[in-house]
Amino acid sequence: MKKKLFLIFLGLGLLLTLLTTLTIGPVRINVLTVVKILCSVIIDISQTWPDNFQDIILNVRLPRILLGILVGCALSVSGCSMQALFRNPMASPYVCGVASGGAFGASLVIVLNASQSLIMPVAFFFSLVTIFVVYYVAKTGSKVSSETLLLSGIALSLFFSAATSFLQYLAEEGELRQIIFWLMGGFWASSWSKVKIVIPVILSGTICLLFFYKELNILLLGEEQAQDVGVNVEKTRKIILVLAALVTAGAVAACGVIGFIGLIIPHIMRIFVGPDHRILLPASCLCGSIFLVWIDTFARTLISPTELPVGIITAMIGVPFFLLLLRKRKKLSGF
Amino acid sequence: MELKILDLSFSYNSAKTLDGIVLNIKEREILCIIGPNGSGKTTLLKCMNKKLKPTTGTVLVNDINILQMDRKEVAKNIGVVPQVSTVSFPFTVHDLVMMGRYSHKGRFDTENENDRAVVYQCLARTGIAHMADRFITEISGGEYQKAIIARALAQQPEILLLDEVTLHLDINHQIEILELVKALSEEDNLAIVMVLHDLSLAARYSTKTIMLQKGRIFAYGRPENVISIENIKDIYDIEVEIGRSSKGNYLNVIPLSIIRNGDEITSATMHHSFRPPLSDLKSQKP
Repeated sequence: MKKKLFLIFLGLGLLLTLLTTLTIGPVRINVLTVVKILCSVIIDISQTWPDNFQDIILNVRLPRILLGILVGCALSVSGCSMQALFRNPMASPYVCGVASGGAFGASLVIVLNASQSLIMPVAFFFSLVTIFVVYYVAKTGSKVSSETLLLSGIALSLFFSAATSFLQYLAEEGELRQIIFWLMGGFWASSWSKVKIVIPVILSGTICLLFFYKELNILLLGEEQAQDVGVNVEKTRKIILVLAALVTAGAVAACGVIGFIGLIIPHIMRIFVGPDHRILLPASCLCGSIFLVWIDTFARTLISPTELPVGIITAMIGVPFFLLLLRKRKKLSGF
Repeated sequence: MELKILDLSFSYNSAKTLDGIVLNIKEREILCIIGPNGSGKTTLLKCMNKKLKPTTGTVLVNDINILQMDRKEVAKNIGVVPQVSTVSFPFTVHDLVMMGRYSHKGRFDTENENDRAVVYQCLARTGIAHMADRFITEISGGEYQKAIIARALAQQPEILLLDEVTLHLDINHQIEILELVKALSEEDNLAIVMVLHDLSLAARYSTKTIMLQKGRIFAYGRPENVISIENIKDIYDIEVEIGRSSKGNYLNVIPLSIIRNGDEITSATMHHSFRPPLSDLKSQKP
C-alpha cells in the first residue's frame, strides 16, 4: 500500500515536472498561461496570450519535454530489466551493443552528407542489427547463456566504436563536430515528427515489459529455480531482451547516447521500493522521466543560449547523488 | 498419482551420466537416492522435471510423457526444493512463497484471494506463518529452507523433489525438515523423491532406497536391504558398522576406515603412504 502511494507520488511528480519545465526557458511563461495553452488544444478557450507563446510551448518546449519523458522512461525500464535478466548490477540498456550500433549508423549518415532526417531511421536500423548479431552469436543450439550475451555485446560494441572512430577520422571539421555532438546525446533537435516516430516503439515496448514483472522477480532467484516454479527461461529471456533492446534503440535513435540514466535510476528505485518489479518497473519509468526532463532543462538553460550536452550533466549530478544513496542503504538494493 | 521412469539414460557429452534407470514411485512413498559424488543423483532429479532432456527413455507423470508438458504444466505436477542457495534480494517470505503460484497464473492475472489462501496454508504447514513479513535475507538457513519448501508446496504439486535439503543445516533443523517431509508424504499424500548423503537419515526416512553407482542402479529396494555393509563397501570403498539405536530402533551407519585397492587404510597408513605431512615439505626448504 505504501509502495502504491509512492507510485502515485511519482506520477504527480511527473505531472508537476511537465508543467514547471514548460514555464522555464529564455522566455518565462507563467504556469496559468501554460495550462491555458495546453487546454486550448483540446477545448475552445479564447486566446489571451501572444501568438509566439503558443508556438514556444506547443512546438518548441512540449515536444522536447515529451521526448525527454519517453527517453528517460525507455532507458530506465530497459536498464532495470537488463539488470534483473543478467542478475548483474552493472548491466545497462547498452550492454548488448545497441548504443554503439546506433552511433555508427548516425555517424555514417553524417559523413555521407545524407539528409538529416535519415539519421534517426538509420541509427534505429543499426541498433536492431547489432542486437540480432549479438543474439545469434550467443545462441548455441536452443540455449543462450547470459555470459556469452554480455561478452558478445561488449565485443560488438568495441567493433562499432572502432568503426565510428574510423568515420570520425575520415570526417571533415563540421561533420566531426556533428558526430561528437550526436554521440554525447541531447534533445536540441526535438520535433513533433521525432516524437511521433518514437512514441509507438517506446510506449508499446515499455507496456509489454511492465507485464513481465513476475518473470523478472523469479529470475532474480536464478535460472534453475525459475525453471522449478514454471518459468520457460529461454523464451522469457529472449522476449525481454528483444523488448528492452527495441525500447533502447528507439531512445538512442531519438537523442543519441545518454549514459547513466539506465544504470542508476533502477538502483535508486530499488533502494526506495525494494526488488519487486511490479512496483520497481513503473517506479523506474516515472523517476527516469522526471530525472531526465529536469536534467535537460538544466542543459538548455544553465549557460543559455548555448546548450550543454545532457550526458555530461546526468553524470555530474547523478553519480554523486547515487554514491551517497548507495553508501547509506546498500543493503536494501540487493545487488 | 504415479511417476514412472522407463529405461532412462542421459549423457552430457560422450560418457553416459545415467544409464538404464528404471523406477516408479507412488503417492505416500519416499524414495531416497543415495550414491557417491558424481554418481548421477542430481542429474537424475533434473531429468525428472524436464530440466534435462534424457538421451533415451521416458519420464511419465500419471502416464503422460513429461516432454509433452510445458514448463508450467510440469511445475503444477512437480515441486522442487533445490540445494541450499542464498539470495541477496530482500523479498519477504510471503513474496517468495507467492512465486510458487506462478504456474497457476496467466500473463495478466494478479494474485487473488485463492492465491493468498494457498500461500498462507503453505506457510502454516511449514511452520513459518509468523515470519511471513520478514525479509529472506534476514532469516536463518533452516527458516529459508522451510520457505523454499513452502514455495514448492504453493505450486500444489503431487510430487516433490528434494536435492540434499539437509546440507548446511544443524542437527535439529535436519530432523525438523525431514519430519516435515515425512508428514507431507503421509498426511498430504505427496510422492517424494530426495537425494541424501547421510545414510543413517536415508535409512530412517525413506520407504524405498535406490543406490546409484556411475549412473547405474546398483541396488533398489527397502532401505534396510539396500543400505548394507557389503553394498556400502562396494560403492563407497569404505568399511562401516551398521547398528540399531536402542531407542526407536533406527538404523545407524558408522564409518570405520577407507579401503583402497582392497587394503584397509588406517589413519596411520594413510598418513604416510598417501598424504605426507606438511613437515616433510618444510624440511626440504633450502
